[in-house]
Amino acid sequence: MLEVRNLRKTFGDFVAVDDVAFRLEVGGSLAVVGESGSGKTTTARMIAGLEQPTAGSIAVAGKERGPGRPRGAGRRARAREIQMVFQDPYSSLDRRQRVRDAVAEAVRLHRPLRGPALAARVDELLDLVGVDERQAGSLPRALSGGQRQRVAIARALAAEPQVLILDEAVAALDVSIQAQILNLLAHIRTTTGTTLLFITHDLGVVPHICDEVLVMRSGQVVESGPVPSVLREPQHDYTRRLVASVPKPGWKPRRRAQPPAA
Amino acid sequence: MSAAAPLLDIRGLRIDLPTGAGSATAVHRVDLALAAGEAAALVGESGSGKSLTARSVLRLLPPGAEVHGELRFAGESVPGMSRTRLREFRAGEVAMVFQDPRAHINPARSVGDFLVEGLTAARGVPVREARRRVEAVLQEVGIPDAERRMRQRPGELSGGLLQRVMIAAALAAEPKLLLADEPTTALDVTTQEEVMAIVTEAREARGLAMLFITHDLELAAAVCDRVVVMYAGSTVEELPSGALHHGAAHPYTRALLASRPSVGDTASGLRAIAGRPLSGFEVPAGCSFAPRCPRARDACRTDTPLLRAAGTGTSACHYPHITEEAEQRA
Repeated sequence: MLEVRNLRKTFGDFVAVDDVAFRLEVGGSLAVVGESGSGKTTTARMIAGLEQPTAGSIAVAGKERGPGRPRGAGRRARAREIQMVFQDPYSSLDRRQRVRDAVAEAVRLHRPLRGPALAARVDELLDLVGVDERQAGSLPRALSGGQRQRVAIARALAAEPQVLILDEAVAALDVSIQAQILNLLAHIRTTTGTTLLFITHDLGVVPHICDEVLVMRSGQVVESGPVPSVLREPQHDYTRRLVASVPKPGWKPRRRAQPPAA
Repeated sequence: MSAAAPLLDIRGLRIDLPTGAGSATAVHRVDLALAAGEAAALVGESGSGKSLTARSVLRLLPPGAEVHGELRFAGESVPGMSRTRLREFRAGEVAMVFQDPRAHINPARSVGDFLVEGLTAARGVPVREARRRVEAVLQEVGIPDAERRMRQRPGELSGGLLQRVMIAAALAAEPKLLLADEPTTALDVTTQEEVMAIVTEAREARGLAMLFITHDLELAAAVCDRVVVMYAGSTVEELPSGALHHGAAHPYTRALLASRPSVGDTASGLRAIAGRPLSGFEVPAGCSFAPRCPRARDACRTDTPLLRAAGTGTSACHYPHITEEAEQRA
């Protein structure tokens, strides 16, 4: 479904992403895990077409995504390939637009629906993400962070994308809400067959939503493979360190290395 | 706990904040005692009132906030302190570290000036002595090239390094209590481990007490002796860290544990809590967790539960969950 080869991005002399490659099968779910400066978000932005790669190729369903930003129909066709949901749903929603209208607008961009047919599709999407009638009539500011993130996911799904990229989409949410959204994403994956690319700094959420994981550090992939084996038997020193840093029962913080230069 | 007065003693704390139309209660009831050298975590989701509670210890509340109940430090009433006494108290007895260090340090001044001034201006330590102490404490928090770092501006340091500087500033004042408000939430997980290891070592070396504010139950249990859980402006459970996983009696604590994803999990659904966390402003009659609680019965919707002994700790619940293990331990 998604194939990335030799992806590279430089900003001046700084190499943000260095030779990243992976394949993601139809209906698969891949986690890209890394700390700040790992290049995980830049990788996601290049795949979504928000950032121009310095080198390398990205293909969706066997179709190469060319350089430049297409307009009109070409742009909408691209939107149906890949959609992205961000960490802060508040900044990606129009604060003057009611939730139902925001979702309807996204549907109309991609499907020639009007009247009852449009309303039915909007209801279907709102129902899928668990936004109720009252919330659908609200402005974004009247909603909690978790509800806003549901709306952002509904808008992304309106395009019926082949690949959904989630960039730290649960990072800003309270623990109890985070679990709801993770369960929702797992549900969406089973019901719609959407391929997921999950960008996160939090290893803990990975087993719940992904089959495969790719660990990045300083722009490079240090380790990749099926989630259970990478998390239980990490091969690379850095992955081991990352797994060991996550608080769990019986865990005590330890000093492990010299502080990073900065 | 010893028979002597606890270092920090909070009883029936209530905080009202001014609103457009009068005032509203943000913190309803917090009960918490901390002995010298002890570490307790205040754990909760957004709106639970954990940060307001921590800030009330230093009287760092928004203008117009009203504090009710008792708040004592080494037996002395904090709300009763004069301005002079409060300044002395903040400079030497309690130090605070925040989530965002950049919001609490002047970006135009050097790190060294910031650290040294903390001692010379507020505590009257001579400059040479202050520099010596600052360099020593920077070494202690794992900043080996202290001299170079002291010449740098905050903007030249990474988030993790700057947070170490803030911890160094807190330690240099030689306080008896450290208030740490989500000090590692904005940091990478490997940096979080370093920073928490440094805080733990420094606490043990100095017999420093800590009130650790966090949303992360697992981290709380790892670095503190006791865990105090807050929900919608009240403390709902308190228990020893070691009993968290098997002895939690309050349905909210248990639900939080079940909804937290973990690296060792298998690919199954998380047990999410329906609804969203309430803030202190919106609590209903009865138990504030009742609308989301699977165990709630009629009494929960009318009578507000108070903290009482349950299992290995205390729990504000009419129908606490008592495990066999907890019974045996108790």
